[in-house]
Amino acid sequence: MDTSQYLSLFLEESMEHLQNLNQSMLELENDPDRLELLDQIFRSAHTFKGMSATMGFENLTHLTHKMENLLDRLRQKTLVLNADMINCLFKCLDTLEQMVNNIQEGGAGDLPVDELTAELIALEKGESVSSAAAAPAEAAPPKAEGKAEKKAAGPPEQMPLNDIELGLVIKAQEDKLFVWQILVKLDPSCVLKGVRAFMVFKKLEELGDVIKSLPSVQDIEDENFDMDIEVVLITQQNQSEVKNSLENISEVMVEKILAVSKDVEPVPDDIAMDMPSDAPEEPAASAAAAPAAAAPAPGPSASQPAAAAPAKAPAAHQTVAHQTVRVDIDRLDKLMTLAGELVTNKTRLEQINALSQLPELNETVEQINRITTDLQSVVQTVRMVPIESVFNRFPRMVRDLVKELGKEVNLIMEGKETELDRTVIDEIGDPMVHLLRNSLDHGVEMPNERTAAGKNPVGTVKLSAHHEGNNVVITVEDDGKGIDVNAIREKALRKEVVTPQQLAQMDDQTVLNLIFDAGFSTAEKVTDISGRGVGLDVVRSKIQGLNGMVSLDTKVGQGSVFTIKLPLTLAIIQALLVSVQDEIYAISLGNINETTNLDVDDIKDIQGQKVMVLRSKVLPLVFIKDVLDVPGDKARSELYVVVIQKGDQQFGLVVDELVGQQEIVISSLGKLLTGLPGIAGATTLGDGRVSMILDIGTLF
Amino acid sequence: MEKSNGAVEMAAQKDAVQKNLQFVGFMLGKEEYAFDIQAVQQIVKHMPITRVPKAPFYYKGMFNLRGSVLPVVDSHLRFGLPQEEATEASRIIILRHEDISMGFTVDRVTEVVTLGPDQIEKSQPVDGIDNQFVKGIGKLGARLLILLDLPIVLGIAN
Repeated sequence: MDTSQYLSLFLEESMEHLQNLNQSMLELENDPDRLELLDQIFRSAHTFKGMSATMGFENLTHLTHKMENLLDRLRQKTLVLNADMINCLFKCLDTLEQMVNNIQEGGAGDLPVDELTAELIALEKGESVSSAAAAPAEAAPPKAEGKAEKKAAGPPEQMPLNDIELGLVIKAQEDKLFVWQILVKLDPSCVLKGVRAFMVFKKLEELGDVIKSLPSVQDIEDENFDMDIEVVLITQQNQSEVKNSLENISEVMVEKILAVSKDVEPVPDDIAMDMPSDAPEEPAASAAAAPAAAAPAPGPSASQPAAAAPAKAPAAHQTVAHQTVRVDIDRLDKLMTLAGELVTNKTRLEQINALSQLPELNETVEQINRITTDLQSVVQTVRMVPIESVFNRFPRMVRDLVKELGKEVNLIMEGKETELDRTVIDEIGDPMVHLLRNSLDHGVEMPNERTAAGKNPVGTVKLSAHHEGNNVVITVEDDGKGIDVNAIREKALRKEVVTPQQLAQMDDQTVLNLIFDAGFSTAEKVTDISGRGVGLDVVRSKIQGLNGMVSLDTKVGQGSVFTIKLPLTLAIIQALLVSVQDEIYAISLGNINETTNLDVDDIKDIQGQKVMVLRSKVLPLVFIKDVLDVPGDKARSELYVVVIQKGDQQFGLVVDELVGQQEIVISSLGKLLTGLPGIAGATTLGDGRVSMILDIGTLF
Repeated sequence: MEKSNGAVEMAAQKDAVQKNLQFVGFMLGKEEYAFDIQAVQQIVKHMPITRVPKAPFYYKGMFNLRGSVLPVVDSHLRFGLPQEEATEASRIIILRHEDISMGFTVDRVTEVVTLGPDQIEKSQPVDGIDNQFVKGIGKLGARLLILLDLPIVLGIAN
């Protein structure tokens, strides 16, 4: 089978599954009692295995299969989850990710997996003895042990039920209904076993409610089962009635029917997805009470406090899938381009309208204006992605880093739902990773240092995102040791980033901003995590490349806050058009603080730097004409100044005239002209002429 | 450059069997030059071009071609030829190489010429422009066309 056409889908879904797996694993690590997570993990791994097998990636299939085995034993309660297993499973996830990446790059995903599978098998076998023996001994009260023995002596194939299912059983017995555990065997010669199974289920539904089945309904639908189906049925019919009804279906044998009683079952929150969807709501309350009534069960579940039950019940619901459509990114980009062209032409129409003074035209233009604005905002919203997709990878990263560093850190993430343009999302990941690593490595102290400083030994790193006007503000905050301004001063001198004279003139905030300068790393020792020469300057240039700003606020001993401010979208922006000689430039309004006029005579000269005085503050001036070598020599007695913010400092850009404010569509200059200093792109103006968009970050 | 020459040779050999190569000829100063017709997307009249500050010297700037913004290379600057005023006959040839589109100013477009493999001379040095831009000479009776190497001219190669 040619599977290449499914490859991109496979890759996409694999990444999603890996993301889910990582997330569930992290949650499980924090809260090993939440066994429904195991189910999620198992299901994800299972689907992943199926996908890999279909696509013919053997090693992927092999590894996921072994993972599945271990997970299955965990959720079947024949093994107790321990730290080794978690670490091993995390390693598996890493390897899987590498494999998927390898496949993405055109490989076959054939990374060596022998070591990992050996480890998985060992955990599945070797470890299971010790942990299984240890669990009941340490945790289960004698009464439970008695029950366990009794149960062990009883029918061997009694199905385990979770709280909710047990709740249903109890309720059924209160209502004087029968609860049967039925083992149905399909005839080995049966051809369409899926159909037979369907008929069995149809009959069972007529008889009563199926509260559990092994294999799951999903697996049965997929014909992913052998000849046996085991179900738990709540019904009014007695044993022989049920048996007869079922055996009326051809090629079906009822192997055995047992009564299920409420107090023999352990309570792992097991295959919750297999229940009829309407079942969980009604008995949830009784389910909560069930473990208490049913007495603590043997084995692993003994370590699971009854109090955990109510919390788990709602989690047993399957997350309702969002109604979404996958759309190729290229199509969205195309849509955005078209909307952009419309905006350009709208501007043009407006200009013509202003000249022509036709009332009818005016009306139409206003309509078009409104529609275009709406369309634009819709297209923009469509391209918006919650920042969650970036944030999601951090818990795992933080976990690994913290372990490596021997620190203790609590990661708090806020505003995951904050939405950003996809292009921004794609770019923001790396700078955020860098800032986060920076906070973990240099910010948060070692636990003993923290204790000595009278702080909680567990550090806190807070990641948050929120909207602020047309911007998104993202902060990375730690409660670590903060940054010592004087240390930066010293370092800046030593690294010759600034001269002593320059330094003397700088206030603390300006000095702090030096850490964003190239080749500046304050870490005393270079670690693997950060401080590899790639410093915060990379973060800054990346953020500035996105038309954003990054700033730092710090208090020695209390921690640091890095704040990133980004525009919501990159494609269409509000800009101020300015003219210099015969040329027109666009400056993003996001960069502009204010504009003012300037008499040539008011230009002062301080140590070779042209400045003006604006509300009794000295404002350094930057002449666009000089910076961009604009041709022409028309002299003017009055100029205009666009006050912009670069980092924490204000500058005045000197231009000849302010042309007006306009919505502009950003076009790139093409591959061959990227990275020109001071130029962020080009745009088409209303009259069809092309104008350059200034990039404040690299202009001077 | 060797690579593109090789490719041309291969293409030429293949084409020798069936069909000839077509070129778009144009004038720069007193010489006639030509681009492979495959690379030529369209030819437009001169229109306003906006200077791009800090761009390499031979870029004339960006212009608006029915909604898309394209860079334009000034042929005279690119080849180190004396500057000439744009005239009525001046055109911008829109060239495409892989996914890069770009304009190229010329003084006058002559015609589309068809050259057989035997009419293309590969290793003859040319006067006037740097030979790195030249991938061959087309001979059409008394006319000599300088066949340009597109990736080199556009600064894409290496």
